[in-house]
Amino acid sequence: MNKILGNKKAYFVFVFPAFVIYFVMAFIPIIISGYYSTLEWNGIGEKVFVGIENFLELLKNDAFLSSVKNSFILAAASVIGQLIPAMFFAIVLSRNIKGEGVYRTIYFIPVLLSTVVIGQLFLKIYNADYGALNALLQKLGLEGQDWLGNTKLVLAASFFPIIWQYIGYHMLILYTGIKGVPAEIYEAAQIDGANEKQMAFMITMPLIKSTIKVSMTFAVIGSLKLFDLIWVLTKGGPLHASEVPSTLMYTTIFTRMEYGSGSAIAVFIVLECLLFYFLIEKFFKVDNLTY
Amino acid sequence: MKSIKLSKVLLQVLLIAFAVVQLYPLLFLFFFSLKDNNEIYSGNVMGLPQHFYWSNYENALLNANVGYYLLNSIFVTLVVILVSDILACMVSYAIARMTVKINGIVKTFFSLGLMIPLHAVLLPVFIMLRNLKMLDTYQAIIIPYIAFALPMAIFFMIGFFQTLPRELEESAFLDGCGIYRTFFQIMLPLVKPALATISVFTFLSTWNEMMFAITFINSEKYRTLTVGIMQMVGKYTTDWGTMGAGLMVATLPTIVIYLLFSKQVQSGMVSGAVKG
Repeated sequence: MNKILGNKKAYFVFVFPAFVIYFVMAFIPIIISGYYSTLEWNGIGEKVFVGIENFLELLKNDAFLSSVKNSFILAAASVIGQLIPAMFFAIVLSRNIKGEGVYRTIYFIPVLLSTVVIGQLFLKIYNADYGALNALLQKLGLEGQDWLGNTKLVLAASFFPIIWQYIGYHMLILYTGIKGVPAEIYEAAQIDGANEKQMAFMITMPLIKSTIKVSMTFAVIGSLKLFDLIWVLTKGGPLHASEVPSTLMYTTIFTRMEYGSGSAIAVFIVLECLLFYFLIEKFFKVDNLTY
Repeated sequence: MKSIKLSKVLLQVLLIAFAVVQLYPLLFLFFFSLKDNNEIYSGNVMGLPQHFYWSNYENALLNANVGYYLLNSIFVTLVVILVSDILACMVSYAIARMTVKINGIVKTFFSLGLMIPLHAVLLPVFIMLRNLKMLDTYQAIIIPYIAFALPMAIFFMIGFFQTLPRELEESAFLDGCGIYRTFFQIMLPLVKPALATISVFTFLSTWNEMMFAITFINSEKYRTLTVGIMQMVGKYTTDWGTMGAGLMVATLPTIVIYLLFSKQVQSGMVSGAVKG
């Protein structure tokens, strides 16, 4: 038995194919990205080693700084705009309300849609001339706006679908967490005279802290590396007004052919994500609960 | 007692209102996929279509080639699911069951992948594919998709293998069954439910992936739905109906799979959240 399960050749056969693909397509490229970030290179010509020059230049680059600021705004908006409604609906649905399963299924649908589809859809909703939003506003007697063309509105307009899409995801994560809390705890609380609100704040939320942490991590890190929706809606424009680091990375690499500088942004995104991952991990020190 | 009833009604109203918010954009899409431009430009953007222009679908599928992109997407997604499922099962079985010293390192190595965002590898993989003359081929997206489906699938499958009883394997080994036969004939059939979950997860991330697809694929022949639709935009910006029909075609398979496997989808996505 142990001899069979300790068979090194079989182990190799099982692990090697996946190892190669993963190593070549994920592991090595990360290291290469790090290397590229120290170069001045347009992808075709000579590679010039510049050390940390690319990173220092980023710190002086207004477009980059505002893209980072925008991603922080999005992270904060996501935590507030996704987690609060998600928590509310998760708590409501977990209390055996009528139609629980149907609502859960419906709320989750936006999560499944491709960002390309959602992006195109919201382009039609925001369309300045014939869009649904302006049509609605006109019916209400209000003035329509050029939602994605106005530098003051574009950030809010492009963040809205992003936040909207994932509320159902967080709801499901939190809902699953809440369902893991034993019913006896609620029964005991009810006998002690606790009302629904007290149970939500004093029992549910403290007990599902580790689930909230998962949701929080997902909302923050997802915001920091967001690319798709902004790319479809605005490509970061107009005038960098809706730029986020990953869209700036993309145009730096593929439009401006600055491979070194673009890679520096890529490295920045990875480090930023790791940093926030550990920060949330630290602030949310959770003891593993067993019932 | 009355106040409890009232708050229950209020809650239901809230729940329904939120359901409308979640569903309306999709409904809006369905509606305008059936309209012609006249109707949209004359003010009926939001409501039910007055005439149902099913020809928009014909136009999207045939003239705008969305039907072909759909087939490409199905092909790419199926290959990715199949290969990543098998590879992930093999690795997870080895990690969960076998007693080889480097096990811990191998596990850590693969779980590091849960943290890697696609952006971080975009340019190096692009250059690698360019040097290998593999840009603009099916492999150009299939191989990276497999690589990035693996960590999640392995992470999930290890957990599942660990819950299986060891007796079946033990008796198979005693009967003289080798490790490969035991794996393929005894263990694989047992992990089918977990495979369904992980396949659905891989399906969603592959079907909807955009950054790699628009970067590595260009020519008509290899375009998946995401690339195809992004390219359609230029040509069909003003033709709302055809665009809408294309978007509906891209969305329908996901919705059908969701309605069929909603339990697996939900559990797969929840475990996927750990990935962050």
